[in-house]
Amino acid sequence: MSKNSLKRLDIIFAPYSTSPYKLLSELLKKDKDAIIQELIESGLKGRGGAGFLTGLKWKLAKEAKGNEKYVICNADEGEPGTFKDREILSQVPRKVFSGMALCASIIGANKGIIYLRAEYNFLKKDLQKEINIFEAEAKKLNLDFSIEIFSGSGAYVCGEETALIESMEGKRGEPRNKPPFPVVNGYLGKPTVVNNVETFVSARMVCSIGAKEFNKFGIHGQKGSKLFSISGDTPKGGVYELELGLTVQDLVDEFGDGDTKAVQVGGVSGFCVPRKSFAKRTIGFTGKFTGDSLPTGGSIMIFNSSRSMYNVLHNYLDFFCEESCGQCTPCRVGVQQLLLGIEAIKANNKPSSYLKTLVKLADTMRVSSKCGLGQSIANSFQSIVEEFTEEIIY
Amino acid sequence: MLTINIDNVPVKVEEGTTILEAAQKIGIEIPTLCHHDDLCIAGNCRVCVVEEKGKNTLTASCATPVIEGMKILTHSAKVQTSRKHIVELLLSEHDEKCTKCYKNGNCELQDLASKYTVGDYLFMDLCEGKEYKIDDSSPAIQFDPSKCVKCQRCVRTCSEIQGVNVITVAEKGKDMHIQTFMGLPLNNVPCTNCGQCVNHCPTGALTERMYYDEIWEAMGDDSKHVIVNTAPSVRVALGEMLGYPTGTRVTGKMAAALRQIGADSVLDTDFTADLTIIEEGHELLQRLKKALVDKEDVSLPMITSCSPGWIKYIEHMFPYQLAHLSTCKSPQQMFGALAKTYYAEKMHLDPKDIVSVSIMPCSAKKFEANRPEMHSSGYQDIDAGLTTRELGHMIKQSGINFLDLEPQPFDSLMGESSGAGVIFGATGGVMEAALRTAYEVVTGRQVPFDNLEILPVRGTDGIKEASIKIEGSLPEWNFLEGVELKVAVSHGLKNARIIMKQIEAGESPYHFIEIMACPGGCIGGGGQPIPTNAEIRKKRIESIYEEDRNMTLRKSHENSEVKKIYDDFLKEPLGEKSHKLLHTSYTKRNKF
Repeated sequence: MSKNSLKRLDIIFAPYSTSPYKLLSELLKKDKDAIIQELIESGLKGRGGAGFLTGLKWKLAKEAKGNEKYVICNADEGEPGTFKDREILSQVPRKVFSGMALCASIIGANKGIIYLRAEYNFLKKDLQKEINIFEAEAKKLNLDFSIEIFSGSGAYVCGEETALIESMEGKRGEPRNKPPFPVVNGYLGKPTVVNNVETFVSARMVCSIGAKEFNKFGIHGQKGSKLFSISGDTPKGGVYELELGLTVQDLVDEFGDGDTKAVQVGGVSGFCVPRKSFAKRTIGFTGKFTGDSLPTGGSIMIFNSSRSMYNVLHNYLDFFCEESCGQCTPCRVGVQQLLLGIEAIKANNKPSSYLKTLVKLADTMRVSSKCGLGQSIANSFQSIVEEFTEEIIY
Repeated sequence: MLTINIDNVPVKVEEGTTILEAAQKIGIEIPTLCHHDDLCIAGNCRVCVVEEKGKNTLTASCATPVIEGMKILTHSAKVQTSRKHIVELLLSEHDEKCTKCYKNGNCELQDLASKYTVGDYLFMDLCEGKEYKIDDSSPAIQFDPSKCVKCQRCVRTCSEIQGVNVITVAEKGKDMHIQTFMGLPLNNVPCTNCGQCVNHCPTGALTERMYYDEIWEAMGDDSKHVIVNTAPSVRVALGEMLGYPTGTRVTGKMAAALRQIGADSVLDTDFTADLTIIEEGHELLQRLKKALVDKEDVSLPMITSCSPGWIKYIEHMFPYQLAHLSTCKSPQQMFGALAKTYYAEKMHLDPKDIVSVSIMPCSAKKFEANRPEMHSSGYQDIDAGLTTRELGHMIKQSGINFLDLEPQPFDSLMGESSGAGVIFGATGGVMEAALRTAYEVVTGRQVPFDNLEILPVRGTDGIKEASIKIEGSLPEWNFLEGVELKVAVSHGLKNARIIMKQIEAGESPYHFIEIMACPGGCIGGGGQPIPTNAEIRKKRIESIYEEDRNMTLRKSHENSEVKKIYDDFLKEPLGEKSHKLLHTSYTKRNKF
């Protein structure tokens, strides 16, 4: 792989054209199926991290029968290390609303809801102002679509779309059994599209520049660009728009402090990449979960050699012990076992071979937990334990 | 129809069938824990995961509908490892004091452990060092959080079957736990004590409060005269705990066993069930007269008051509708009041030496026995209400070979019963018994149903309706001539709410309503053997009606001991003594 293939872009945060919803008015005139086709061809995947094909999601919701449908913007940005959605909502909210309106017109919804993370309530006032402007514009465009803000209650798991819906319905934020999926049976039992903040902006972008142009972005076989939230041991933390397919090495060269030991890609539910693998691991969506390419919602946490990976892992597991919703056994009990287990090994109360049992337990959690939260705990656990075994044991 | 393949066996099932159901259809058993036939699908314990070919993750078979062509493996290596891990995880947060647990031998978690976690302890004990507080504040139900595996069956039961919602999930992650609403003690929330949560709990976390040790003591005390009365639905369920197939009637063996373990007298709650019919039937007729003839403002419809779970429910949820309740005590409490008055008098006993015990399908009966107003004999009328399960335990503890026992009859004086008293145990039974009597009182003729079987009020529909036109009434009752008596029957408190909302809105078309707290009526009571599910309830109901069919005496007013108690003691229905001993009043309570 070529070195230094990192390419920065500035499309998402580019200033609006003079007339705020001009692009939207043009897009609304386009054929709905053609837009879906364009989105599918672009290969655009959900920017929250799970990576479901956006065009397909909209297509399924369009085909779903229902007298009412909903478009929900998932702004419950809770993955540790991500803060890109906050930036989007404060800098270019109109692009988000446009994406939502576009989605609504395609699937046949007239109600949009922004599920705003409780910690982002400070954005509410400005967002509401922008919503008022949007709704005035929508009226001019003869578009029957309104947006409201729903304030979350602080649970990490509510970023999972069915838990988010449960929470909006006034219930405990617990993931549902799937199927049925929200595109068929979502908010209030109606067909619902739940997309990440950035996804709406990217969808608008794809429709604006076309799949062909969008696919020109990306390196090493990956397509498109996305936002990355860079934090940790870096002199220049912040939100950056980068082409997908870059290697971890590229990131480290650009953002590291010269002493980078590991990079956590995708937040606490993502993977930890040790120095020796920096050059081998690319970041994107097409690879298998455990394959070469690391899927991500864009959280990049950089650790230098002063960091104890035991402490890092301990911190993650602590987080999951708090943030598991607690309903399913593998996640609720499993994560407590992982945490207690590494503590016991560290304290010499369990032999180092117990680590193998814990790795197997993490496998069980990956395959048998009810939702993505429980399933992904194994990602960080196994990648840290396997790459930094000595640090965990001694 | 869809065709799928389970463990290489093709199976055709209807769309919407879950993988679990499809597997059951071809005799493949997939273990479950959070799943219960009575409840909505939760899919949270993950014990039932199976491998679906082509998928990386495992699938919860209870929660996943089949898709055409699906290939399922129910015991692949991947499934076995996960299942073992999951059961181990459940055990790690469960205080495994099996040998000291009431549910030892009747515990779903224990069954899973015996199958899937033979060998070493894989994981660490999460209970160690934690302080668990047992909530024994309620006289009826006890909650031991150290045994809770968070399957949420109790939560779903309280909400879906009963609509009471006093049990809930609190907090999340490692702190997630089951608690009462606001974490208050069980005696301080609108718990109806129905015990459905106990009956649906897979472990020993929720149990009834047990009082049998005190009964052993009384039975061993020569100065005490222990009289036991057994509810109608106990005789069709007790056998399940003692080696008989579901639905076997063990009436005679039960009486024999009680005598053998030390009861001085074994009597029948059915006797006071018959008595209830006389009192309640006359109360209904009196209310109808007041409404139709005297044009007085009486509360109609009148609602039955036999089910103490229902009583507690209406006191909490509809405190301004209490006048609709019949003032009749439940058969248990009528029995208690008479045991320490009429029975004591006839048997020349000092009521203070009588220990009056009832065997009930019900945990709410424990609360009822402890109500302050239930002292009309001058003593606590019922000293202890034991569940069917507690009696089963006592019989096991006694070492009696139940299967070989010679059946014996009940003792006399308050031991005779009619088929009408027996069917109290099934939903619709009180109504049927009341109609058999009331219709005959008014017209002098039998109810116009073949073989006295009033089929419209039978069955397991949540709310049943019926009407009988009164024709050819006796002169005394001619104000009822041509009246179409409208009745309704409901079971499960969720259905009771529907009935009550209708009454609250002034839209209830009925004259008389039977309400039972538990699904299926008493045969599905919270104190009945575990498991209880729709199929088991159906068998117990069939058995109850069979008992009725086989009896020669099938109408409450023909019970000779009932006639005798009126002649010798009570004088007349709704008379002065009746009012003192057999009727009661109710208490307004808060919703929270």
